Amino acid sequence: MAQAQLPLETPLSLPGHPKAWKWYDYFTFNVDHKVIGIQYLVTAFIFYLIGGLMAVAMRTELATADSDFLNPNLYNAFMTNHGTIMIFFWVVPAAIGGFGNYLVPLMIGARDMAFPRLNALAFWLNPPAGALLLASFLFGGAQAGWTAYPPLSTITATTAQSMWILAIVLVGTSSILGAVNFIVTIWKMKVPSMRWNQLPLFCWAMLATSLLALVSTPVLAVGLILLLFDINFGTSFYRPDAGGNVIIYQHLFWFYSHPAVYLMILPIFGIMSEVIPVHARKPIFGYQAIAYSSLAICCVGLFVWVHHMFTSGTPPWMRMFFTISTLIVAVPTGVKIFSWVATLWGGKIRLNSAMLFAIGLLSMFVLGGLSGVTLGTAPVDIHVHDTYYVVAHFHYVLFGGSVFGLYAGIYHWFPKITGRLLDERLGILHFVLTFIGTNLTFLPMHELGLKGMPRRVAMYDPQFEPINFICTIGAFVLAFSIIPFLINVLWSWNKGKIAGDNPWGGLSLEWTTSSPPPIENWEVLPVVTKGPYDYGIEQRKGSTNENEEE
Amino acid sequence: MQGTIDSQTTAITADHGHEHPDFRVLGLLVFLISESLMFGGLFAAYLLLRGMHAQWPPEGTEVELLVPTINTLLLLSSSFVIHYGDVAIKRDDVRSMRKWYWITAAMGAVFLGGQVYEYLTLGYGLRTNVFANCFYVMTGFHGLHVFVGILLILGVIWRSRRPGHYSAQKHTGVTMAEIYWHFVDVIWIILFTLLYILTRF
Amino acid sequence: MGFSGRFGTMEQIPAPIWTLTAGIVVTLISFWVGQHHGLLPEQASEQAPLVDNFFNIMLTIGTALFLVVQGAILLFVIRYRRRPGDEGDGLPIEENLPLEVFWTAIPALIVIFLGIYSVDIFQRMGGLNPGDHTLHTMHTPEQAVAVVAEAPSKTTSDATALLAAAPTPEIGIGASPDVQGKAPDVVVDVTGMQYAWIFTYPDSGIVSGELHIPVGKDVQLNLSARDVIHSFWVPQFRLKQDAIPGVPTELRFKATKVGTYPVICAELCGGYHGAMRTQVIVHTPEDFEAWRTQNQVTATAPVISSLSDRHIEEIGVTPQLVAQVEAMTHHHSPDKL
Ligand SMILES: [Cu+2]
Ligand SMILES: [Cu+2]
Repeated sequence: MAQAQLPLETPLSLPGHPKAWKWYDYFTFNVDHKVIGIQYLVTAFIFYLIGGLMAVAMRTELATADSDFLNPNLYNAFMTNHGTIMIFFWVVPAAIGGFGNYLVPLMIGARDMAFPRLNALAFWLNPPAGALLLASFLFGGAQAGWTAYPPLSTITATTAQSMWILAIVLVGTSSILGAVNFIVTIWKMKVPSMRWNQLPLFCWAMLATSLLALVSTPVLAVGLILLLFDINFGTSFYRPDAGGNVIIYQHLFWFYSHPAVYLMILPIFGIMSEVIPVHARKPIFGYQAIAYSSLAICCVGLFVWVHHMFTSGTPPWMRMFFTISTLIVAVPTGVKIFSWVATLWGGKIRLNSAMLFAIGLLSMFVLGGLSGVTLGTAPVDIHVHDTYYVVAHFHYVLFGGSVFGLYAGIYHWFPKITGRLLDERLGILHFVLTFIGTNLTFLPMHELGLKGMPRRVAMYDPQFEPINFICTIGAFVLAFSIIPFLINVLWSWNKGKIAGDNPWGGLSLEWTTSSPPPIENWEVLPVVTKGPYDYGIEQRKGSTNENEEE
Repeated sequence: MQGTIDSQTTAITADHGHEHPDFRVLGLLVFLISESLMFGGLFAAYLLLRGMHAQWPPEGTEVELLVPTINTLLLLSSSFVIHYGDVAIKRDDVRSMRKWYWITAAMGAVFLGGQVYEYLTLGYGLRTNVFANCFYVMTGFHGLHVFVGILLILGVIWRSRRPGHYSAQKHTGVTMAEIYWHFVDVIWIILFTLLYILTRF
Repeated sequence: MGFSGRFGTMEQIPAPIWTLTAGIVVTLISFWVGQHHGLLPEQASEQAPLVDNFFNIMLTIGTALFLVVQGAILLFVIRYRRRPGDEGDGLPIEENLPLEVFWTAIPALIVIFLGIYSVDIFQRMGGLNPGDHTLHTMHTPEQAVAVVAEAPSKTTSDATALLAAAPTPEIGIGASPDVQGKAPDVVVDVTGMQYAWIFTYPDSGIVSGELHIPVGKDVQLNLSARDVIHSFWVPQFRLKQDAIPGVPTELRFKATKVGTYPVICAELCGGYHGAMRTQVIVHTPEDFEAWRTQNQVTATAPVISSLSDRHIEEIGVTPQLVAQVEAMTHHHSPDKL
């Protein structure tokens, strides 16, 4: 009964515009934000598969204590590029570039982003960057970890390392351009009838994300460019024997790369805030708290970076200051989690694939968040820093969190993007396999780290073999979990059940247009009369309608 | 009945909204925040390195002051010159705008020339020591920005050949080039202070 | 979105009795988990129990939060799942100020408590006093050399620091409160290199591939790195500190238990980073003396004998290389050789 009543079928034909894009339009410099969103999502997913294969190779190596499957240098190249790809070529472009571009204009009632050509340019920086990264394997691949700490990065596989740097600088530029676009779009291009407190939380999250990307990415670029100079042009910024200092790099790097964690999770939080209310059939609990906590995370998140350097060259006061600031970030994050759980309360929860992934995220992110608190305190971090405990933590946050969120987003918006529904049985199979695989792979890693296994090793103490073997089995389960998903997406894209404009009964603006939306999104821009999460709330007729419409 | 977004009722009056206002100036300002942080990162790295050395700059890599000071004055005054161009276009005077923009571009070119002259006469190169590393990378990176600024100005001049391309009402490109030029100027002041003045006193 | 009207009231919160029971169960489980998780290796340094207690407290709080949140998720998902045929919406609750204040304030209080507590723990670990017993701040190699040159004129209780000659570490874990202002009993210079640790005893000239220390004595390790960053970690000590080229660091501790524990490199240092492992042997004081007298005679032999074939063949750490390192670590105190 409470399905949103949607506008009548609108004729799609706008004079002078093509009706819909052809398949080949997706391979061109197209400026439509929806095309760009799909370009990002598909490209990122391909990189996800590549990064995933590297992970499988690494876990195969780690099934036994000796270095017997991969050459140790190749292992390090896989380790480095697995991290790099999953961060810079999968989660960030899929969440920000993919969902951000596709959804933000649709959610705020805009026809496109503020700077469509800049948007296309930002996307097209990605494929050459990815090609550069993959080509670096011809020179052995970068082997110094995604952190690329000098001096190791200045003396190991330097050609590949230089290509790695250029690739990251390219995607960094892309993300700065994207951030400028999102900030201006969300700030200025909401449909006039939408008040700020009717802005979907995904857009709030994108705003916070973009602000973070805007201020942190350039600092990484500086750090990497100086590294590039050290490697190739004989400078000595990070060469201790010639007056340089290696810790400066670490500060520049982590000033970006801690916020990078939020670049990877804030948009996902946004996806959660959209998916959960729709399928729980309830208003989001604590709209303001969620919106403001994104901004709080964005601000405090800029001042916690040294928690990655508690065992490095940092003086005591720094270790203490950043312990406390790191602990503080836990509060706004907790507020979000509690708000989503409260949203479930009293709902009529549809346990479909999208919702299962969202709830799975909620449950795993709690664990990742709590282990994060322990890592944020210097005394405990000194013991577990650079161990498998850290690996466990960030995979709970980034796989159990970000990747689950991306899956939830795909199941939720696939009908909007393609006009067709994904198959639910395959979706649930995919969820079950992914959930089991994730916990099997990453839960035992906590123990490994606490007991004494360092990370980034191709060979390890044989006493850890049994636990590592379990992790490896989990990794294979995860690898196989992709298969039902791939089949589902490829099959449903052409043959799936027709979705209709609003299969979930969503109230945010993207559901008011057809599926897939026409070029320029609406023939006539929608008028917002109520919030995006007003499930179960009787429409207040008459009196309030008038003053809300202007 | 619970529909919340009823577009059909207002379809007739609603704005079709295929055009939106020009947000390019805003976009540039947001982008310049990012640029500032890039220089901010460089300055931070420089100051950290400086703090680690008892003698800064190390012997043999002292900086020149005469040419850079002239350069600084040149760049500072070019900010006023370009502003005259902006004032001119607001009066719909394309010809004066072009004149002032030409002068600004020329001043920028002289600045770059001065920079190159300084590089050639300093007597030490990029690799000499950490201070030299910083000096060349920072001034070089700034020089790159000056170069881009000159290109933007020349772009504006090129486009203004067509009558009516810029007018009192429509001159976003002119404004953007000006804003960028001021930005480059402000960065230079900080850079000049850090690399030249503070190494002398 | 004002704070008035149409949201949850107290009657929607589960019955007090039920909550109380759940609360007690969660508390009991959390305390049990906090004490019996068995996730940490044995404790062999003075710092280890401090770290473990702190970890256990966080694990207890964490378990409680974990159980409450997971329990709530499971309960809600089961209880409020959509029944077939029901296309309706749930309760239109948008906010509840007291509840939101509650779940912002409680974590904030927990976090403030943990923050203060971690400073306290860190202080007791000696984390606030690196470089405590040694000379003044030295930022640069030039300065350090200057200080060493003028050192004989200075009155210092700590001759070993001068012999070590490296710039004094002011980063790492320093003197814990009970040894503050005192010189350490044993000083060892630790050099990390791809892919081995070299331990040099400046007062006896012993060079070893394994770390030997006496139990119950105040030990200071001066960490340095020759090529890339390494990280010195003994899990049983709960201590880790990067060895950084150009940045001297230290670890100061008392081992509390006789035994042999792994020394692990925890910072990626190249292809064989995972093989950069050796041992720390904690002796009784008598055994340590015996070891020392025995090895002082043959100064450089132990390091070569302690290098396994694997070091030599796989990793490329050869006796020649070690000899080179020794020369490097010793050239400051030739009288000792
Ligand atoms: Cu971080
Ligand atoms: Cu290592």
